[in-house]
Amino acid sequence: MLRNSRLILAHLWLAFAAFGAAIVLGLWQMWVRSPFAAPLASSENYFMSVTAHGSAMGYVLTTFFIMGFGYFVAETALSRPLPFPRLAWTGFTLGIVGALLVVATVFSGRATVLFTFYPPLTATPWFYVGLVMVVVGSWIWCALMLVAMAGWKRDNPGQAVPLAMFATTANAVLWLWTTVGVAAELLFIVIPAAFGWTQAVDVGLTRTLFSWTLHAIVYFWLIPAYIAFYTMAPQLAGGRLYSDLMARISFVAFLIYGLPVGLHHLFMDPEHATGFKSVQMVLTVLVAVPTLLTVFTVCASMEIAGRLRGGRGLLGWVAALPWKQPLVLATGLSFFMLWFGGFGGLINMSYGMNAMVHNTSWVTAHFHMIFGGSVVIMYFAISYEIWPRLTGRMAPSLGLQRAQLWSWAVGMMTLSLPWHWLGLKGQWRRVAQFDYTDPAISWWTPWMAMSLVGGILLVGSAFLFLWNLASFHRAGRSAEAVPPMNFAVALHSGGTPAALNGFRIWNILVLVLMVAAYAFPIAQSFIVKPPYAVVHRVDRTN
Amino acid sequence: MAIDEHSVARSERRWATAMITASATLLAAIVYASLGAHITPPSNSLETVDPATLHVAGEFVEANLGTKVESGGEVVARIVTAQFAFQPACVVVPQDTPVTFRIASPDVIHGVMILGTNVNSMVVPGYVSRVRTRFQDTGDMLMPCHEFCGLGHSQMLAHVRVVAKADFKPDANGRATCAPE
Ligand SMILES: [Cu+2]
Ligand SMILES: [Cu+2]
Repeated sequence: MLRNSRLILAHLWLAFAAFGAAIVLGLWQMWVRSPFAAPLASSENYFMSVTAHGSAMGYVLTTFFIMGFGYFVAETALSRPLPFPRLAWTGFTLGIVGALLVVATVFSGRATVLFTFYPPLTATPWFYVGLVMVVVGSWIWCALMLVAMAGWKRDNPGQAVPLAMFATTANAVLWLWTTVGVAAELLFIVIPAAFGWTQAVDVGLTRTLFSWTLHAIVYFWLIPAYIAFYTMAPQLAGGRLYSDLMARISFVAFLIYGLPVGLHHLFMDPEHATGFKSVQMVLTVLVAVPTLLTVFTVCASMEIAGRLRGGRGLLGWVAALPWKQPLVLATGLSFFMLWFGGFGGLINMSYGMNAMVHNTSWVTAHFHMIFGGSVVIMYFAISYEIWPRLTGRMAPSLGLQRAQLWSWAVGMMTLSLPWHWLGLKGQWRRVAQFDYTDPAISWWTPWMAMSLVGGILLVGSAFLFLWNLASFHRAGRSAEAVPPMNFAVALHSGGTPAALNGFRIWNILVLVLMVAAYAFPIAQSFIVKPPYAVVHRVDRTN
Repeated sequence: MAIDEHSVARSERRWATAMITASATLLAAIVYASLGAHITPPSNSLETVDPATLHVAGEFVEANLGTKVESGGEVVARIVTAQFAFQPACVVVPQDTPVTFRIASPDVIHGVMILGTNVNSMVVPGYVSRVRTRFQDTGDMLMPCHEFCGLGHSQMLAHVRVVAKADFKPDANGRATCAPE
């Protein structure tokens, strides 16, 4: 068992507790929006629930899972104790207090601003303070990852940092850059307004700063899934990592290209002119590259495994893979959803075509499929893989784990395909109730019913997931020892260039790109001096 | 299983070339669509308006809202989106004619889209949103607010009425309104 099992389990259980509560809210929200009468349906409850669902899934599930998994990787991949475990607990405490503050403010009805909290709608300041505490807690994690990697490099001069740790640290570096935008928005504009120290805000500037965070945060969420694709799936399938170098290039590419592209979320906004929108559109096309490289390297690694297991012919190796292994199965399901999600993403980023889908259910469908589908299914599979190492107990049933992964993938497709279609046909986002007597809307009914079935499947799958995790803790200590955690070994080792064993030059490159992409869009607010908008508080009844 | 380092590198180079080519093709298509076919996002340049005073002076005063044929013949529809209604709640426009929407908000962020068309824009207080379009079919179309703007957001809904060119009859001042039902 690991030295830091308790620390890691605390993070992961908090993540999944938030997930379990939030998914029930999600189902209720779908019910309210559907043509079928739902209990407790009201605008107040609906938007309160949307705020809670988004904050719990987007900020709590993700951040705590990534932190917990990062501590796991640091201890297992580097085979050495985590530096400053007490500081890690401090980060956790900050995070949990922040998360509780968010929950309390949201459910008291004083923070109904949704998880994107677009000013000048303004919640009670304590909602934002809670969010900041979660972020500051995660910054401690970032520092610990950097220290852990630096310590290992000092003691192993000239050697390549194990890929899983290199990628985890890349994510820590990415997250530090990512949070600068939203932190500036909250600390300099939103929180002073929420406390009543300022009465008006530059709304365009707040949107620009938020967009800085908005794209890269998704990469923060998905890097753990990519770590599992590269270092866990090939190992469990009995293969080798096809190319360590290519994997490093992909992670570095996420760091570089994930950041200077956020303006693509503002294509339909009036506060930026065509020039910088198109600059960031061009950079956005490049973000497809690391994912396309990943597809190749991971498939090639799995092919090695399949052929070593006796698979023949062009595709015989696919059938020869050990699909009974939950993480191998999850990788397959995740890739399947990634095709759909990736295709949708190409439409979203296409400058003109974005107008077809902006703020429709298509967008909601897209991020549910790519995040809730491709990424979260890997969070499940990673948990199944690391829980034996955290508890010292083997899984009582791999069959139940596979059933859970299948039901999640089927549920997510059933939920999000109708949303894609309705969005394309103009169903707009973030609405508590539709008027189904309107003939322009009444035809939605069967599609809404279908997605509701998907939602029910997802809730069932989520509960089965929590059950599966709990059964590790209930199981007796297994007779057979839990095998140690091994990450996939590359086909060819050595020859890692120094540039791909650290982040110095990549940080410089990110800085240059961010200045090029964002200096003017931000400075514009101070040059043009657009009129401010008066703060609208939602925390006072009036 | 023997795969030497050179063949790994070669296969990767081939794949990377193919993928970079694919991305470049995609980019070329988008650039062609925007520069060649003029399919671009709305609000090409920056235009600001003070949300605190737009109702008392300037083009967004109540009397100036709705559809107007400007002196140059251009059809312009001015709309104010406010918590939780559009002003006006119905906008009439002629079919198969270039129409420019000019939209502003006096309070919070809203969003505007017209179902069945590519008209889609955020409305951010402090700025003027502009969308140019041409409607192909006649009839009433839904124009909802698509960004959360407060608890009444779900009820924030308007219509666009597209009429045949012959039925589009602006008054002496160039103004046209939806005929009462
Ligand atoms: Cu994005
Ligand atoms: Cu609204």
